[in-house]
Order: sequence, then C-alpha cells, then structure tokens
Amino acid sequence: MRLTCTVNGTEQEVDDVWEGESLLYVLRERMGLPGSKNACEQGECGSCTVYLDGLPVCACLVAAGQAEGRQVGTVEGLADADALHPVQQAFVDAGAVQCGFCTPGLLVATHDLITRTGRPSDAETREALAGNLCRCTGYEKILDAVRLAADRMGGDR
Amino acid sequence: MSTPTRTPTGAPAHLTGPGSGGVGDSAQRPDGVLKVRGEFAYGSDLWMEDMLWGVTLRSPHPYARVVAIDTSAAAQLPGVHAVLTSEDVPGEKVYGLELADQPVLAVDVVRYQGEPVALVAADHPDTARRAAALIRVDYEVWEPVTDARTALGHPTTDALHESDAEVTELSRESAHLHPEGNLVRHLKVRTGDPQPTAEVVVVGEYEVGMQDQAFLGPESGLAVPADDGGVELYVATQWLHVDQRQICSALALPPEQVRLTLAGVGGAFGGREDLSMHVHACLLALRTGRPVKMSYNREESFFGHVHRHPATMRYEHGATRDGQLVYVKAAIWFDGGAYASSTPAVVGNGGTMGIGPYVVPNVHVDCYGAYTNNPPCGAMRGFGSVQTAFAYESQMDALAAELGMDPVELRCRNAMEQGSATPTGQVIDSPAPVAELLRRLEAMPLPAEADGEVDLRHMPGGVSNTTHGEGVRRGVGYAVAYKNVAFSEGYDDHSTARVRLEVVGGEPTATVHTAAAEVGQGLVTVEQQIARTELGVEQVTVHPKDTTVGSAGSTSASRQTYVTGGAVKAACEAVRGQLLARAERLVGRPVPDLRLAGGQVVSDAEEIAVPLADLLGGEAVEETVQWRHRPTEAIDPETGQGFAHVQYAFSAHRAVVDVDTELGLVKVVEMACTQDVGKAVNPQAVVGQIHGGTAQGLGLAVMEEILIRDGKVVNPSFTDYLIPTILDMPPMRVEVLEYADPHAPYGLRGVGEAPNISSGPAVLAAIRAATGLPLARVPVRPEHLTGTS
Repeated sequence: MRLTCTVNGTEQEVDDVWEGESLLYVLRERMGLPGSKNACEQGECGSCTVYLDGLPVCACLVAAGQAEGRQVGTVEGLADADALHPVQQAFVDAGAVQCGFCTPGLLVATHDLITRTGRPSDAETREALAGNLCRCTGYEKILDAVRLAADRMGGDR
Repeated sequence: MSTPTRTPTGAPAHLTGPGSGGVGDSAQRPDGVLKVRGEFAYGSDLWMEDMLWGVTLRSPHPYARVVAIDTSAAAQLPGVHAVLTSEDVPGEKVYGLELADQPVLAVDVVRYQGEPVALVAADHPDTARRAAALIRVDYEVWEPVTDARTALGHPTTDALHESDAEVTELSRESAHLHPEGNLVRHLKVRTGDPQPTAEVVVVGEYEVGMQDQAFLGPESGLAVPADDGGVELYVATQWLHVDQRQICSALALPPEQVRLTLAGVGGAFGGREDLSMHVHACLLALRTGRPVKMSYNREESFFGHVHRHPATMRYEHGATRDGQLVYVKAAIWFDGGAYASSTPAVVGNGGTMGIGPYVVPNVHVDCYGAYTNNPPCGAMRGFGSVQTAFAYESQMDALAAELGMDPVELRCRNAMEQGSATPTGQVIDSPAPVAELLRRLEAMPLPAEADGEVDLRHMPGGVSNTTHGEGVRRGVGYAVAYKNVAFSEGYDDHSTARVRLEVVGGEPTATVHTAAAEVGQGLVTVEQQIARTELGVEQVTVHPKDTTVGSAGSTSASRQTYVTGGAVKAACEAVRGQLLARAERLVGRPVPDLRLAGGQVVSDAEEIAVPLADLLGGEAVEETVQWRHRPTEAIDPETGQGFAHVQYAFSAHRAVVDVDTELGLVKVVEMACTQDVGKAVNPQAVVGQIHGGTAQGLGLAVMEEILIRDGKVVNPSFTDYLIPTILDMPPMRVEVLEYADPHAPYGLRGVGEAPNISSGPAVLAAIRAATGLPLARVPVRPEHLTGTS
C-alpha cells in the first residue's frame, strides 16, 4: 500500500508498504529515520516513543496504515537545525545519556511532560516516564535532566 | 588492506568534540549530541539499499536429537534468497569463548531451547520469518537435565523432607550432555585448618535466580560481502578480536578477510561477550553475495545471548563469641546451561572471592560449574561475584543476629584492609577501605519516615492504591562486596592503542585508535580525556573501533579504563617522547623540564614555548603500543592459592525499604552507595556507573528472573521479565572515595561491576529487617513475604 503522512513537518509518501508493518518499521526502514528505537517492539520499553497528532505513542504498536494523513513527530524533529532543544541539551549536560538506546523515547516523553506541566515534581516525572525503560543510568541523571530542562525552559506551576 | 565494496548508512565515523576535559574532569561524551539527535547509528540502524534480512530458526526443545531438516518449502517462498543449516558452515562447526563446544547451527543434537538450527535470508524480515516457519525439523525429544547438582550427580537436599533427594537414573545417565561429562569446572580453595571448630556457627542455603542483561539495543549487525571473497561485519559487541577469531574459525577464512567494525552498542553488561548473529550474518552474506542485516526482536534476544548463572549455595560460618570469624565453608553450584561460554572464569570468581571482603583464617570452598539443558549462562556484570555476595552477606547478618551484634560492627571487625591476605593467599597491596565504606554509609542521614498525608506514589503498590500505610514496615540493610578488575588467573590481559598527533586546520589534533568496545559506559570519553592530559591538546578524535588495530581485550571485568586507558596513556607517552626529542633537537640541547601543555612544548625553567603546529609542520607523529597490567598467575588446582587477581574494587550499599507485609509488595525508599574508585577519571560517568549498577542489583533482589520450567523459558518478554522502571528506583546517595592504587594508571580502579554486587544483598537485608523473615532466595517475590508460596 501507499502511505502518506507528515513527519517532523515534512510530507512523506512511501510505496509498497506491507500492511503488517508498524509505524516504527516504516520510519526506520523506509523513511531513513532510525532515531526511534526498536528495543522491544511490544510496547513495553518506550524507546520508540513518537508524537502522533501531538500525543506520545509507542510507534511499534501503531500499524503504519494508522498514520495515514496524520502528523508524526520523532526525535529527529526536536532540534532546531544546529541548536539542540533544551530537553536534548539537558540530557547531554546532566549525563543522562549512556548507551543512549532509551534516549530518543525519553526525550519525546520528557518534551511532552514539560510541555504539558511546565515544571513537574519528581513524583510526577516518575509517573510520566514509568513507561520508558533505561538499563544504564538507574534514572537518577534522567531526573536531573528533566529538572534542568524544566528550569531552562522557564516553566512554572 | 582491502576495503569493502560499499559502506553502509550508519557505519561509524570519527567522533570529535567536545574539545575540553582531561583526566579527572566530567568531560562530555563525544557521542552525546549524536545520541540525543537520534543520529547515532546502532547495529540495528545500519542500512544498505540492496540488503537482505536474516532470521534464525531456533529449537523449541531443550534437549532433542535432530532427525531431519527439510528446507525445500522455505527455499521456494518468493523473496527468499538462502536457507542454511549446519552443513553450510564451511569451517569449524563449533565455537566458544573459552571452550569450543557450541554449534554455529545445530549438529545432530540440540541442548537448549532456542538453539539455532537454520538461517534464512529474504528481502523483507517478515518474509524471512515466514520462510523460517516453513522449515520442517523432525526432532526426537529427550528429557532435559535441568538441575546443576543433579547433572553432576551431587545429592540435592529435599527441603520438604530435610533429606537428600533421590538422584534419578536419568540424571546419572545424562552425565554426558558433552563428551567429557557435565562438570565444566570445580574450583577448590583450601587454607588453614581443614577441621576448624568455633563457638558460634551459622549455616544457610541460598539461591539466586537467572538474571538477564536486558540491554535495550538488540543483538544486531550487518555483514557485507567484500571483493576479496571476505566479509565486513559491522556489529554491536564487546570484544571485536575474540569475535573475529571465532568467526574466522567458522568461516574458514583468515583474519585479513574477516574485518570487523563496532556498530553502535545499546548496552551490553556481559551479554555481548559471546557470539550471537555474527557468524550467521556472515554465512548468509557470503552465500547470497548481498549485504545481510540481522536484528533480534526482544523475544529472540532472550534466547540469543547467555544469562547470569543461577546459583545454589550452602555456607557455614564459624566465629568467636566476640565476633571474630574463625572459618567459612562454602559449596557453590553454578548452572552453566547447555554450553560452557565463560563458566570456567565465572567459577573462578565465585570460588576465589566467595566469602567476601573479610579476613578468615580457615577457608574451605568448593565451587562448581555444570552443564545442564537450561539456557547457556556466561558473563553478566559482576560475573560470579553477584551470586556469592547474596550468600556471604546474608550469612554475616545471620551471624550478627546470632551474636546479638550490630551487623555493620561485625563486618567492620572482620573487614579486609591493605596488607590483609585473601583466602587464596594474595596479600592486598593497595588500599582496601572496606570498614570505611560501611562507616561512611552509616553516617549518612536516613530518609524521613512517612508522616501526615499519605501520597500513594510513595507507598508500596504506588497508585494501584493497595495500602495507605497499614501493614507497611520499614527496614534498613547493609552489604559490602569486592570484585576483581580485569582478567585473572594468569591470562595475558592486554590492550593496544594507536595515537597519532598532527596539525589539522592549524590546530594540533590527536587521534586515538583502539578496538575497545564503547557500549555506553563512556570509554570514548575517557580515551579523549587521557590524550588531552598526556599531550596537552584540546582536539582529540576517536577513530571508529575496528580490527585494523590490535586487540583491546574485552569490554568487561571493569577493565577498559584500566587496561585500554593504560594503553592510550602509554601510546601518548611514546608520542610525547618523540615530540620532546624533536624540540630538544630544535633547541640544540637537553631541556630537563620540557613538557606538553596548551598545544605547545614548554619549559618553565628556560621559558621555552614552541607551538606544536610549528614543531610538526605537515608531519604526523604516530605510535602504537601494546600495554599489559602486571601479570597474575594461575591458582593451585588443589588449594586455590596464587596471585589470581590484579586489582580489587570495593563498594558498599545501604538500602532502606518499605514492605507491605500483607500483600508482599516492596518499595525501595532509598539506596546509598560508597565506593572506592582509586581515581575518578570522569566523576560524572563514575556516578552514572554506580547508579546503573545499583539498579541492576536492586532488580535482581526484587523482580528480575528468567523463569525456567522443564528447560523452557516462561517469560521471554519485557511484559513478563521485569526490569526496574523509574518508579522502582529510589533516590540514591553516592559517595566516591579516591584512594589511589599505586599499580594502576592514575591510581584508578575499575568501577562498573562492584556497585552491581553490593546493592542487591543490601536490599535483601533490608527486606529481612522489615519483615523478620529469613529470606534466602532472590529475587524475593510477594509470596515469599506473605507465606503463600
């Protein structure tokens, strides 16, 4: 089938998509956007978190056809050309990136959290990011990064 | 050197930036910006226009004879380009890290569920999977051997009847999973009085379940057939050269024709020491003449790598009434599963360090590794020391209770220190601040008790609303552990570094080239930091990791900052030697205090400052150095005595937990860790290692276990195999000590594993303290706490 959708503000059209393919597969293997990660492909780890019409979803659980005509936002769309988004910069500065495989999903989830709440409490952050597994950091520096990003983005409650 | 026909999208490039930070600074990772942009390519991100997808058909049975394989239906499916079985392996049919006993593809017999039987390459991954399902394999199914002690013919205790369980005919018969029998290694430690007695004796039996590394980046890579008949393999791994050796053997190709490059690695933790898809992808690429990508999904990943050995352990501690350890006797059984992997070395660690960082005059340890039909077990962070720490630290708590003594006091009274002898007769010749680590933990403030309004998010069970505090008990537990750093028992453990200094764009720039695998820990940052410090330049580039430079040894055993760090330092010193000699020739006389700083050769005494750009001109200075730590030696096979380990790392944890005793739910409230790292080369990364290691230890204590029934894995998914989420991890306090090891570069100690060892036993101790239950098995499950198991 042919799939048409908007990814990071750019219209994408791909042909020969097999109906069984996920949005994650199409992003990674057909659109040249491998930033969203394939850690579990069963909706448990959050590594493939993307925006679908503004809501964070696991791209591995979205059938490619469900994205038809919709807006998709991935980690590749967070930065403004050379300038990292404050959430991205905070993850680098706080040491929240080790192997980095969970990072793209966490960045999208954190971007969504701070956009929604401004300055989340630690308890709110833990609830909001509970669907994003990280195996390297023990999450302490991810919490540091969320606080740092919220500070820099100037959000308030 | 031959080059590949083409380079895939996602092949690693040189890493540059961030341009500052020497040894001791929290320099930023050179790959950090790429990773947050989603532009860092992992093994599963590699891509080529005409690549095929490879998949593996695996055995559904833990033990069976392969009667026949019919691949014809699979081969005829449109889109399929190759279907391979063991007959298509041109070289050696078996491989292995320490013993070559594991088939590349099943030959006659399968010995574990998930053993690779056949391969398919097709133009779409789903086509390949459907083709694999069409391969018909006829098995003669045998009853599996699933208990390590039974496999060795050792009596097992029947807990219910408190008697020796019957050893079945099956288990005796099955002492032939491999031709040499089911014993992989038996290590003995004997020191002091063989028949010691003591005033106070405690005995315990302990069990540790099978833990999975659960790295997030799946096993993955891309094999590209090369013009010279060889193959280029881009792969996520921990040790390129040991992979290369095994691949060459299986493919019957010389090393010149099997060239490996490290693809981006999404975590490792020991699970990438053994081969996974490496040979398979190469076989398919060479057969089809097309690039072949393989990337496991999560279920396959659970079958695609070795796990942490489950262990059963029987310990007996004897002490004086005033709490001085007199003796420890221990018997430790590691279930190695179907193939040896690194079981011999795991047994080495489990046995030699099996009583913990304590001074004990009389020690008698037997440590066994056995073959069974369970999944193969091998390396995982902590490597044989994680399991024993649960036992010896539980014993210390039990002894403290028996003596009516504070558990920290008992530990401190018996703690190793510099100058102490280990049970293997090795005198600790660098700082060993075991007691100080514990005392510092004790001095940290405890988290506040919950009071006032209940916040469900801080309760066991969280927002599931299972308690508002009723039935909740708090407990505090301590544990301390030690772990060898680098390879032991006489292994020729070395690394190789090539360092090149030249002027690029008017600025002196160093390039560091090693084959040391960056798996997320930050070794690439450390390589840059060492070069900046040693060469006095800011711009340091990290060359892609590949086999065009000599082996760096494994990214495991907490060894790379020590050993590859040592090699990079030595190569920089060689480059510096050349530059200073050149400067002296320029000046025309020896200058004793010449050094490199700020991109110049300087002498403070003689006010010389020659920019490196002038000194080098258009030339480059390059040195390649192979570097070794001081040698260790093999231990005596009857007594275990010998200089087995080059360095020890020490860490301690305090855990605070709340337990809902009615439902058996545990909430870890706080973890505190103290660790001696000798020298924190990158303090931010050191703390990151401590945080991550703490999390994996906590996971094993309360949730992580691969469940096996009759040799079959019950829970191969992240739905059913749980790792800690951000809700499960509490805030952590970390104190890093820096007592230099005079034998190591910069005085540093390996960091990564120790905190993974002490954290779990501290959590277990805290749960025991909260509940009063004599818990002796991890992971602790709710039914163990409610008495309903």
